Amino acid sequence: MTLLQFFSRHHREILQGTLEHVWLVGIAMLLAVAVGLPLGILVAKRPWLSKPILGGANIAETIPSLALFGFLLPVPWLGGRADRLAIAALALYALLPIIRNTSTGIVDVNTAIHDAARGMGMTERQILLQVELPLSFSTILAGIRVATVLTIGIATIAAAVGAGGLGEFIFRGLAMVNNQLILAGAIPAALLALGADFILGLLERRFRPVRA
Amino acid sequence: MTGPPNHSSAASDTASPVIELRNASYQLPDGRALLHNLNISVKSGETLVLLGRSGAGKSTALKMINRMLELSGGEILVEGKSTLDWDPIKLRRHIGYVIQEIGLFPHYTIERNISLVPRLEHWPADRTRARVAELMKLVGLKPEEFLHRFPHQLSGGQRQRIGIARALAADPPILLMDEPFGALDPLTRGELQREFQQLEQLIRKTIVLVTHHVGEALLLGTRIGVMDSGVLVGMYSPKEFLAAKEPVTAVYVANLRMNQLAEAQK
Repeated sequence: MTLLQFFSRHHREILQGTLEHVWLVGIAMLLAVAVGLPLGILVAKRPWLSKPILGGANIAETIPSLALFGFLLPVPWLGGRADRLAIAALALYALLPIIRNTSTGIVDVNTAIHDAARGMGMTERQILLQVELPLSFSTILAGIRVATVLTIGIATIAAAVGAGGLGEFIFRGLAMVNNQLILAGAIPAALLALGADFILGLLERRFRPVRA
Repeated sequence: MTGPPNHSSAASDTASPVIELRNASYQLPDGRALLHNLNISVKSGETLVLLGRSGAGKSTALKMINRMLELSGGEILVEGKSTLDWDPIKLRRHIGYVIQEIGLFPHYTIERNISLVPRLEHWPADRTRARVAELMKLVGLKPEEFLHRFPHQLSGGQRQRIGIARALAADPPILLMDEPFGALDPLTRGELQREFQQLEQLIRKTIVLVTHHVGEALLLGTRIGVMDSGVLVGMYSPKEFLAAKEPVTAVYVANLRMNQLAEAQK
């Protein structure tokens, strides 16, 4: 049986796995952005917080993914369901690039522009919302892009705790020594990552600020 | 054509100063002092120029007036009220602020850049629009050609005109200008300086301008304060300036004469 035949025969399962995968990554990314963006702003505005926050996110990043899923297992609400657990772990991984890029983006806004905004009598909040965030939008998007691609890859491991997704095929294929099954998980996951990278890359360029 | 903004008549001499620095000092958090006991009073309608080399503390002095930097000692009065008693946001919107052309917001059109303060102050849309059109005319740029462009699509000189228009938008009685023509080539700089000097809308305004160009100081200033290493070493009228014996000032004058001589020989 060729790979193509295998894919066409199992397209329903593969589509199902892909949708699960997208769902895991999507929710995890929403969570990571919702937490990472404010943390990134905080790091930019209160430099003394940068060590603990970036340090914490760094540590999360260094834990091997399989171990992180294991660590989160005993956590009461999270450990109860495999998909919750997987989403929490993925969000933790996605955090670092988002926090780092948000804070760099804001800090890198030209001092002259920042001075002008302050000198014209804008409040800190107005400066953040009307000047700093719009001007660092493409840098923040770049962070989200890196985090998304990373998360799509790591999400295949979520199958190890039974969260589903494309990792299911890979783990089953490894157990059964079936290359076609492995590829049924690996190829869609790679395509997802490439697609996400391409679309977010387009957005990033669209919002890249022009140099004055 | 009107001459340089000059209202130092007998009447305004006795009037209370618009800006007054009393022993104003500024220290960095590490204790290094950037300004020592600065005493300056700026009268209504005059253009006071602070002249000095980079690091002399002129920009620091300027930024303390609108509280972008907080005083370490002494006090500053704006319209008779200590800056500490002003709400910093109100104070800054009451004072126009012009910096080098790079201070424009790159993601805003020219129209949005100029209307920044009117928008912050919630002016009605038609009043803002009328004011923007008026300002564009004032700084010599065609509204229909420029309003919807972005700063990077303009030349340095055009951007600087927009910077001045932006600072004048809400018609503030006071203007702080930090090296406003600093990033421009000599020809554009001269052109803008001469135009600036003739702007009717600026004549009634109280202006503090920071520069390291002697020529600019002499052209635009009604008084010139020379600063060196955080200290005000002299305060002169343009005429007094040219005859000053104080060493730092004398160096500036000697330099100016040398340049003039070089020009003449060409």
